[in-house]
Amino acid sequence: MGEKVFMQGNQAMAESAIRAGCKLFFGYPITPSSEVPEYYARAMRERPEENITFIQAETEVAAFNMVAGAVATGHRAMTATSGPGFSLGQETMSYMAAADLPAVIVEIMRAGPADGEILAAQGDYFQAVKGGGHGDYNNLVLAPYSVQELCDLIQESFALAEKYHNPVILLSDATLAKMRESVELPGRTEVPVPAEQYNALRGCGKDKEPHKVVTCGDGPIQWGQFNERLQAKFKRIKEHEVRYETYQLEDADIILVAYGSMARVCQSAMNMAREEGLKVGMIRPISLWPFPEKAFEGIVGKKFLVCELSAGQMVEDVKLSVENKRDVSFFGKLGGTTPSPKVILEQIRKMGGAK
Amino acid sequence: MKTIYKRPEVFTDAVTTYCGGCGHGIVGKLIAELIDEMGLQENGIMVWPIGCSCLSDRYYKMDMMMALHGRAPAVATGIKRADPSKFVMVYQGDGDLVSEGMAEIMHAAIRGENFSVIFINNAIYGMTGAQMAPTTLMGQKASTAPTGRMEDNSGYPVKMAEILAQLPGVVYSERVTVNTPSRINACKRALKKAFQLQLSGHPGMSFVEVLSPCPTGWSMSPIKSLEWIDEEMTQVFPLGVMKDVEKGGTEA
Repeated sequence: MGEKVFMQGNQAMAESAIRAGCKLFFGYPITPSSEVPEYYARAMRERPEENITFIQAETEVAAFNMVAGAVATGHRAMTATSGPGFSLGQETMSYMAAADLPAVIVEIMRAGPADGEILAAQGDYFQAVKGGGHGDYNNLVLAPYSVQELCDLIQESFALAEKYHNPVILLSDATLAKMRESVELPGRTEVPVPAEQYNALRGCGKDKEPHKVVTCGDGPIQWGQFNERLQAKFKRIKEHEVRYETYQLEDADIILVAYGSMARVCQSAMNMAREEGLKVGMIRPISLWPFPEKAFEGIVGKKFLVCELSAGQMVEDVKLSVENKRDVSFFGKLGGTTPSPKVILEQIRKMGGAK
Repeated sequence: MKTIYKRPEVFTDAVTTYCGGCGHGIVGKLIAELIDEMGLQENGIMVWPIGCSCLSDRYYKMDMMMALHGRAPAVATGIKRADPSKFVMVYQGDGDLVSEGMAEIMHAAIRGENFSVIFINNAIYGMTGAQMAPTTLMGQKASTAPTGRMEDNSGYPVKMAEILAQLPGVVYSERVTVNTPSRINACKRALKKAFQLQLSGHPGMSFVEVLSPCPTGWSMSPIKSLEWIDEEMTQVFPLGVMKDVEKGGTEA
């Protein structure tokens, strides 16, 4: 492990990505993501020995496609963006999932829809988790809730992207991106040699099979088989990459469900409720796709309160996980403000947790 | 017996899906010959577009990436920046380069990306069925311009070779065609020059625009199509070297 520092979420994450061997960054400035391209731009000039490349793309459309080209050569590459820019990248998200390209995309959620607001929100859950692009595909989506997790999960994102040859979305939000926190920066990770990467473009000799990145169908039968192979990849991810944390579930009457910065608020609310003698626990999904359905298995006779900075998106996955057989309530906040723990505590009290 | 001509070795056995009289196959063969002659197979990566040439992965024994519509220059930017030691060739049609991907080609050129772009201008959308392209001539009929292109809602043909020649990031820009044997040879010389500039490490984009016949899209016989290039296309899109950094400045 590396040194302990007090650092902003975006900047700490960028440093962690560089230490994970991601020396290629392509991006378009957008609040609240801009410290990431700025960090790479500085590092490129100030640390020439690290051989870092930063390109400020003309659009997010171009940035996502530059990442696609770069990772196709077997090198680690990433971009970071926010809502409107993430929307522009969706064509390429679909493409990269189909083309088995191990890209890492950081999506720092701000309040939508449209131009929206620049403060933290979680309204891009559907877009990231359900696939905002065309066709049947999935992205692995990881949701950190601290600067430490931003640093740890960005490193893990590269390894997962390469393990499954699929894009990984690190779903951050404006609060995590802009907050400063004490963090132990991860050390440098082993980076696979590009030439050993599956299907990496590197030029082919006369006697070798060429490496091709092609997503054009060749008739419905071939394309059906292509899709079946993709679905098998998504199934493998679903079976092996579920991540979540649980807190004080054993005796809980009410279980909060939250991710990202909202999970921090809920954790505080849970602790306040416990001090009042209310039996409250929490489930914090870390992988949003695959969604941690098994965290909900076997939980009977308890009430769930799903809290999101949205009109209610993850709550649908919670209801699916309990097959609509449990008592699931929702609390959401829209527009870019984050509720205080007291607001959540009030919701807990209303649910009759005081029995 | 001495072999004086043979099928390029980089070609696979696949048969192209191009229509009779199409120019793509001619340019594709010139590219294959140059790959063999210049030894580019080992270290080269091709980036293909969406359009009539989007099945080109079948034709060459080369590493390649089939980009999304219009995005080939951005993909090539990622490839070349990740591995500058590679020879990178981008191939795009007029719908891909001038319409869907205008931002990507312009900004790759503005940044002076060090790869070669081959632009097939046939003044029509071939694969989707003869719709109007940004390079469609005034009055030229297309399925989305049934009475011919009119300036009131479609503006005027775009001259990419001239536009890109204005940019400091472009080291070479030439417009050629393939409607006679001597012009096919001239096209090959232009492609070779573009490839050489990239290989010589001249930082910047080398660009070759090829006026290419599309008998199916133009509703003409193959022979009439070759004549139409002289009679109509070259009047709007003059042939010639627009910029050669080795000769200094813009010649257009």
